[in-house]
Amino acid sequence: MQQQQQLRCCSSDCAFSDALFFSRRAVESIVDDEVTKCFSAQELENWNLLTRSNCRFRHISLRLTVLWGLGLLLRYCLLLPLRVALAVSGVPLLLVLTPLVSCLPDGALHSGLSEKVHIVCYGVFVRALTAIITYHHQENKPRDGGICVANHTTPIDIIILANDGCYSLVGQVHGGLMGLLQRALVKASSHIWFERSEAKDRHLVAKRLGDHVADKNKPPILIFPEGTCINNTSVMMFKKGSFEVGCSVYPVAIKYDPRFGDAFWNSSKCGIISYLLWTMSSWAIVCSVWYLPPMKREDGESAVDFSNRVKSAIAAQGGLVDLVW
Amino acid sequence: MGSSKSTLQHIPNAQELIQETGFSPAHIQRLYERFDLLDRDQMGRLRVPDFEAIQELAENPIGDRIIGAFFASGKDTVDFPSFVRVLAHFQPTDANRSRDSAPEPYTSPNRKLRFAFQLYDQDRDGKISRAELLQVLQEMLGLQVSDEQLQSIAERAIQEADLDQDDAISFEEFKQSLEKVDIDQKMRIGFLS
Repeated sequence: MQQQQQLRCCSSDCAFSDALFFSRRAVESIVDDEVTKCFSAQELENWNLLTRSNCRFRHISLRLTVLWGLGLLLRYCLLLPLRVALAVSGVPLLLVLTPLVSCLPDGALHSGLSEKVHIVCYGVFVRALTAIITYHHQENKPRDGGICVANHTTPIDIIILANDGCYSLVGQVHGGLMGLLQRALVKASSHIWFERSEAKDRHLVAKRLGDHVADKNKPPILIFPEGTCINNTSVMMFKKGSFEVGCSVYPVAIKYDPRFGDAFWNSSKCGIISYLLWTMSSWAIVCSVWYLPPMKREDGESAVDFSNRVKSAIAAQGGLVDLVW
Repeated sequence: MGSSKSTLQHIPNAQELIQETGFSPAHIQRLYERFDLLDRDQMGRLRVPDFEAIQELAENPIGDRIIGAFFASGKDTVDFPSFVRVLAHFQPTDANRSRDSAPEPYTSPNRKLRFAFQLYDQDRDGKISRAELLQVLQEMLGLQVSDEQLQSIAERAIQEADLDQDDAISFEEFKQSLEKVDIDQKMRIGFLS
């Protein structure tokens, strides 16, 4: 039946225009490989005096080289030490204040103080990175008992967002310094950390998310549905897990200005410490954060459609390409 | 800051290519990098296996024909200017910036249609015969549609398009049958720079 319908609508121009479609697809694949473009750092039109962002580095003029040298001096001898000092002092601050807060009994004082501690510590980290953040539409800021979703470019996203509000973070339990920080954070407010084995169990994940969200006193959960760092020119397909929970979703779009420093973390190219040093020796991290109005899953809408709807909203606001995959 | 301009020096005939095809220097640069990436044995020329290595192209039903379009008859390698000239067909029609009036810009609907016509007309005799049409339809639809149905689609296509009743479709007839189709829109890709 379907095939007969196909025949009926297949006139001569149909027979010919299909080839046009395929030829276009073929040429697209010859010209560009979309997949790898997304995972390498964004290229700049004009050079911002950071060698790292000029992959086609050629000697242009003496004056430019001198300027670059001065910039290098400024960044490595002045900015970097200051920032590292700040970062290094911020970590013990967090590790000391959070147990103090946890000594208090649960209640308004506990949550009020834990909020203050969070804001102070994240403020220190933000200054350590010299992140210049512009928050838009703060009236749409995520409220308690919801889920906040954002596009993911770098682990610094967490610091950028947490600087302006308290969130519950979700993630795997790590060892080492990260683990220490995770345990410290949990003392002051509720976060959701999974053991590696638990993370595979989708029902367990969904249950824990659901429980957290059901408690209206708990801060909103911060989730990055792309699941991996993208280079901030596009938004990849969202994993649908966080959209199945059934509460309000607060989309947030984060867009970094690449002229001052490339925030993208290419985890295959460098580890987290070198990434942080790299970021701290750029000019600055300048970004814009847009809080979008909350969205709820409509009746009859599947989790996948809902996640695509949210993804389009985020891509549209941040000026990012909304990728189909 | 112009760090890209100086790199065009190592691309042969870059300025002429820009004039001829209407690509911007940044596009040429990007295409050169892509050419370089595809050129696995770094000989400065592409061969059929280099194209076949592109996964998506290998899966495309008419991938082989497209690859064939890059190679001029009798040659088995493609150099960078030829590579760019073929790709120039797929720019948007309004993007053509060639100043000296080339006989016909690459992006005109006529050139684009000629490119498409040659995908069908593999023996280059200027006409799409029934057999050639069947072959293309087979490649594109062969998996979903049975042989008899393919025959009837080809029949209908020829009947509708063949105006001078010579049982083959000439370029003019091809153009005529596609006059309602927005060729520019179907045969353009955004060249990212």
